[in-house]
Amino acid sequence: MKAWLAHHLHSLKIAAEQFRAAPVATLFTILVIGVAVSLPAGLYVLLGNLERAAGGVKPQAEVTAFFKEVDEAKARALAGSLKKHDDVAEVRFVSKSDGIKRLESAGLAEVAAGLPENPLPHTLIVTPREATPAILESLAARIKDNPDVERVLVDTDWIKRLAALMQLGRDLVGMLIVVLGVALAAITANTIRLQIYAQEDAIEVARLIGATDRFIRRPFLYFGGIQGLAGGLAGWALVIAGGRLLEASVAQVAAAYGSHFHLAGLSLPESGLLLLLSTALGWLGAYFAVGRALRQGG
Amino acid sequence: MSAQPLIEISEVTKRYPGGHEALSNISLGIEQGEMVFLTGHSGAGKSTLLKLIAAIERPTSGHIIVNGQNVGRMKRPALPFFRRNIGLIFQDHKLLYDRSVFDNVLMPLHIQGVIGNDAARRVRAALDKVGLLNKERARPITLSGGEQQRLCIARAIVSRPALVLADEPTANLDDAYARDIMDMFRAFNEVGVTLIISTHDQDLIGRYGGRKVTLAYGKQVS
Repeated sequence: MKAWLAHHLHSLKIAAEQFRAAPVATLFTILVIGVAVSLPAGLYVLLGNLERAAGGVKPQAEVTAFFKEVDEAKARALAGSLKKHDDVAEVRFVSKSDGIKRLESAGLAEVAAGLPENPLPHTLIVTPREATPAILESLAARIKDNPDVERVLVDTDWIKRLAALMQLGRDLVGMLIVVLGVALAAITANTIRLQIYAQEDAIEVARLIGATDRFIRRPFLYFGGIQGLAGGLAGWALVIAGGRLLEASVAQVAAAYGSHFHLAGLSLPESGLLLLLSTALGWLGAYFAVGRALRQGG
Repeated sequence: MSAQPLIEISEVTKRYPGGHEALSNISLGIEQGEMVFLTGHSGAGKSTLLKLIAAIERPTSGHIIVNGQNVGRMKRPALPFFRRNIGLIFQDHKLLYDRSVFDNVLMPLHIQGVIGNDAARRVRAALDKVGLLNKERARPITLSGGEQQRLCIARAIVSRPALVLADEPTANLDDAYARDIMDMFRAFNEVGVTLIISTHDQDLIGRYGGRKVTLAYGKQVS
């Protein structure tokens, strides 16, 4: 156990010596890794905020019915009858007073306060069981038949577009993670390759006097992992710093709409995952570089 | 004489890519506790034979059994553990100049997981045997040729191997240094270490006796 610990400490010491041997080069590598990490992470954060900003809007087909000036009881009666319909999954009834509350909580408090009286009608939001155009159309027609209903909206297009755009963004994040992950591993592998080149003598001697591949590999793995972690931290810091820089202007935009929207950064689990991933990729890059060198050494 | 020799070389041929045959059909047995001089002109195959015994290279045909293990067929993961039983001394020393004399000798122990005071004690014992105890903090580059060779010997014996292979340990050394080194080898041999020493210095062999194996152009002459 003690020997095992000593081995690992020694490997760490060697890794630290590698850093001391080329601090500037290592710092630049860490910065490059940081930028590579910050791109997908930044886009991910941006996407999360966009989704939150668009919040409340479920990317789901709905039929919205606005009533004429009628009693709440009448409107509720229609809601009740619709609920029994086979094609309907859910009916939400939003009364005049609920509507204004929702407007306030959606960050448009000042808009709502500025209104002389509540202009909102009672509203029904009907979610069909299946969001096919046919079902939506037939539902819309059925609701429109009711004389108390002023207008029916089957406005699913923009929701679909938003959902598609969000999906595109998520795909883009996924793609960036893969591409830049490979880049991160490759950057590390290249750094390690140069180190191996500089350490050729020591590696040769170590093998001649009975060092296992694992023994030779370990310090490089540590270096790769630590460099990946440092790069991950740099990327994380870039994302956080970017968020801070944008926060003031985002707040201004939000304030202009009477909202209190705050930019959310990376949550703790997300930050943890980011650091874990960059460490693992650095480790992996080092593993490949050393593996190649060991195989060439025969 | 034991039933099986420590090293058994049978009909070993080593051909390098390109067709050069470094060793042709060598058969040789070496008993535990022997001191064997491997001699012959430069390029006769002395170094190649030592490399084959240490599993640094593999024979093209024939086989080499060391301590009951077939060296030519040994799997890669087993090699490090096999080499730990052999002390290797190189003509070009193969010292690491980026670390101290002490750390050079510490390396084999460290690789085998020996650490702390125990390791330090053994390093100093080995350095003491080769007369370099007072230079433990020095860098190898500041040592003379003879001292570097002695450092290489200290590194080879620090893990107390039963077999020591020395490739031209006295080449490039003047007579007094060479005799120093040979005295050391004889002392190791007296405590039971098996030694195979390659050299082209006939005077030295004459002076120290021991078994002599002569190679010429890859063939065993005597």
